[in-house]
Amino acid sequence: MMAENQALLKVENLGVCFTHGAMEAHALRGIDLSFYREEIHGLVGESGSGKTVTSTCIIGLLPSPPGKYTSGRILFNGVNLLGLSQAQMRTYRGRKIAMVFQEPSKYLNPAFKIGEQITEMLRLHLNMGKEQARERAKELLGLVGLGKDGRVLDSYPHELSGGMKQRAMIAIAISCNPEFLIADEPTTALDVTLQLQILSLIKKLKDLLGMGVLFISHDLGVVKEVADRVSVIYAGRIVETSTKGKLFDNPLHPYTKLLMLSIPDARRRGQRLATIPGRVPDADATPSGCAFHPRCPLADDRCKTENPELKEKENGHAAACHHAGESWKI
Amino acid sequence: MENLIECKDIVKIFRGRGIGGASRGFKAVDGISISIKKTGSYGLVGESGCGKTSFARSILYLDPPSSGKIIYDGTELGALSRKELRGFRKRMQIVFQDPNSALNPKMNIHDSMSEGLINRKVPEADRVKRIKELLELVGISYSYRNRYPHEFSGGQKQRIVIARALTMDPDFIVLDEPVSNLDVSIQAQIINLLSDLKKEFSLTYMFISHDLNLVSYMCDTIGVMFKGRIVEEAPSELLVSDPRHPYTRRLLASIPGGAQRSGAEDMTADEESVETLATRVASRHKEAQGVKACPYYSFCPLGDGECVSSAPMLRDIDGGHVVPSGHKVSCHKV
Repeated sequence: MMAENQALLKVENLGVCFTHGAMEAHALRGIDLSFYREEIHGLVGESGSGKTVTSTCIIGLLPSPPGKYTSGRILFNGVNLLGLSQAQMRTYRGRKIAMVFQEPSKYLNPAFKIGEQITEMLRLHLNMGKEQARERAKELLGLVGLGKDGRVLDSYPHELSGGMKQRAMIAIAISCNPEFLIADEPTTALDVTLQLQILSLIKKLKDLLGMGVLFISHDLGVVKEVADRVSVIYAGRIVETSTKGKLFDNPLHPYTKLLMLSIPDARRRGQRLATIPGRVPDADATPSGCAFHPRCPLADDRCKTENPELKEKENGHAAACHHAGESWKI
Repeated sequence: MENLIECKDIVKIFRGRGIGGASRGFKAVDGISISIKKTGSYGLVGESGCGKTSFARSILYLDPPSSGKIIYDGTELGALSRKELRGFRKRMQIVFQDPNSALNPKMNIHDSMSEGLINRKVPEADRVKRIKELLELVGISYSYRNRYPHEFSGGQKQRIVIARALTMDPDFIVLDEPVSNLDVSIQAQIINLLSDLKKEFSLTYMFISHDLNLVSYMCDTIGVMFKGRIVEEAPSELLVSDPRHPYTRRLLASIPGGAQRSGAEDMTADEESVETLATRVASRHKEAQGVKACPYYSFCPLGDGECVSSAPMLRDIDGGHVVPSGHKVSCHKV
C-alpha cells in the first residue's frame, strides 16, 4: 500500500446532517476514504446509504441549508476543500475535480451542440481561444471514442444515442485534465452491452490521464469489473474497505457477505437466495450501536450498544464489525 | 407437460404518423411463436426497445396483437367476444417494474386491492378475508391496510402489487422487471417471495428482464429477444452454458464481473472507436435495407452474404442429444 501522504484525496471523519424542522437526518456519520492517483475506488451501497452525499461533498455542491457538515475534512493535495470559499472552490470544481452523472440526458443541455458544451469548459477554466478550444474538443471526442473527424461536435444531444451521450459527458468531464473524477452510477441507465464499453472507457482514461477515480455504484458486479479498491457503505458509515481481490475473495463484514450471496445466477437455481431481512434504515432513525445489528445474523448485545470502529484486520483490509470474519449458518 | 399458452406468429405493429402526415408503422414484435408450459417459468431477455414489453402486453390482450394467434389453455383469445375475454382476464395478471406508478396514490392499500374483487362482485366478507390472507402471505401486516402507498418502502409496495395481482386467483402472471427498481438486499427478498408463491399457487410465470443472471436463476426456459424477434430459445442451463447466437454470447459476455467474461469474441467494440463501429453498422444497415436480411446483421461479427439475402428462421438445433434439447437458434452461422 502507498504511504498515507501520497493520497490524492482524503476524506477524514466526514459527518453530514440534513435538518428539516426538528428532524435531523445524519446522512454521513464519520466516514474515512482515501483515493490515490491511477486508482479506481469503488463505493458500493444501497439507496439512502450516503453514496451520493459523499460525492456532492467532495465536489462542493452540498445544498446548505438543509445540509450541514458536522465533522471532518476533505483534503485534496493537502488543501481542505471544506475550508474554501465558493470562489476558490470554483477553481477546483470542473478544473481539478470533475464529475460524471448517472443520466447523461439530464445533464447535457439540449439547446447547445456537444462542441459548445465542451468548449465552454475549456474557455472558462483554461482560457483557451475559440479555435484552440475547438481543436482540443475534437481531440477529446476522439479520446472517448466518438470519432476524430469531429462530426459529433456539431450534433445536438438528441441526435446521440444513450451510450454516445454518456461518452460526450465523459469528454466534458475530462476536458480540463482533472486529477480526480467522480463517476456516480455512470452506467445504471444504460443497456448491458453499452455498460461494459463505458466501464472499459473509464478504465482506459484513468490510465491515460493518471486520475484518481471515485466510482459509485449499487451493483457489486459493476464494481468488481472496474474498481481497484472497494469500500462498502451502510447507513452513512464505511463498513468494509479493501483491495478488490481481497474484498471479493474474503468479505469480512456480514453485510458485504450477504450482499454477495443475494445475487441470483444460474448456478444457484433451485436454491433459496440468502436475504437480508428488513431494509436500509432511514437517516433520521439510525439504530443504536452498529447500524446493521437489526438485520445481522451475528448480532449480540454488544452490537446493540457499541458502534464498531473501522479496524484493519489484515494488511489494508478493514471492517467495522465486532464479529468481522466470523461465519454463520445460512 | 401441457402448454398453458401458445403464441403463434405474433406481430404487433404500432401505427403512427410521421412528419408531414405520412402514415408509418413500427413493428415492435415481428413474428414470435413460443409456448409456455403449465406451472413453468419463461424468461424473456433483451435490451431496452427490443419489444419485450409489447410482446407481453400482446399476450395478455392489453394491446391485442396485429396478427397471430394466442391460445390460452386451449382457447383462442382472438376469437372471443369482449365479454368472454373479460372472463379470461382474471386468470392473467401483470406486475410492473415501478410499484409507485402501479398503485393509486389516493387509495389506501385495502381499497387498491379490493378494486378487482368488487368488479367481480365478490361479497365484502370474502373480500376482506382474501385481502387479509394475501397481505400476510407477502409479509405485510394486515393492520397496515388503511395506509397509503407513500407510507411504504419500495420493496413493501412491490409486495403489495404482487398481493393485488393474486387477489384474482390467476394462473398466469407476467412479471415485467419486477425487481429492477429495488435495492440489492430487497431484490433477493422479492425473488424468494415469487418462488414461494409460484409453488404455493402453482403459478405460471413469464419473467421479463434485461438481467440474464436473474432470469437464468428464476426460469426454466429463456428466450432472447432482439428487434422484435426471438433469436435464441433454450432451457436455462443450456442457454447459459452453450449460447449459440452471437447476440446471446454478447449479452452473456457483457454481464459485469461475471464468470462468462472470458472467451468473448466480439467485445472488441471498446477498443475500436465507437464511430468506426457505427460506420460499419450504418453501411451494413444500408446493405440490409429493402431486403430480408437477418435483423442482427448490422451488428454481427460473423455476418456475410447469406445473412443479407435471407433472414434466418428459428430452428431446432440438435446439440448431440438423443432427446430433443429444445435449443432453438435463428442464425445461419451456427
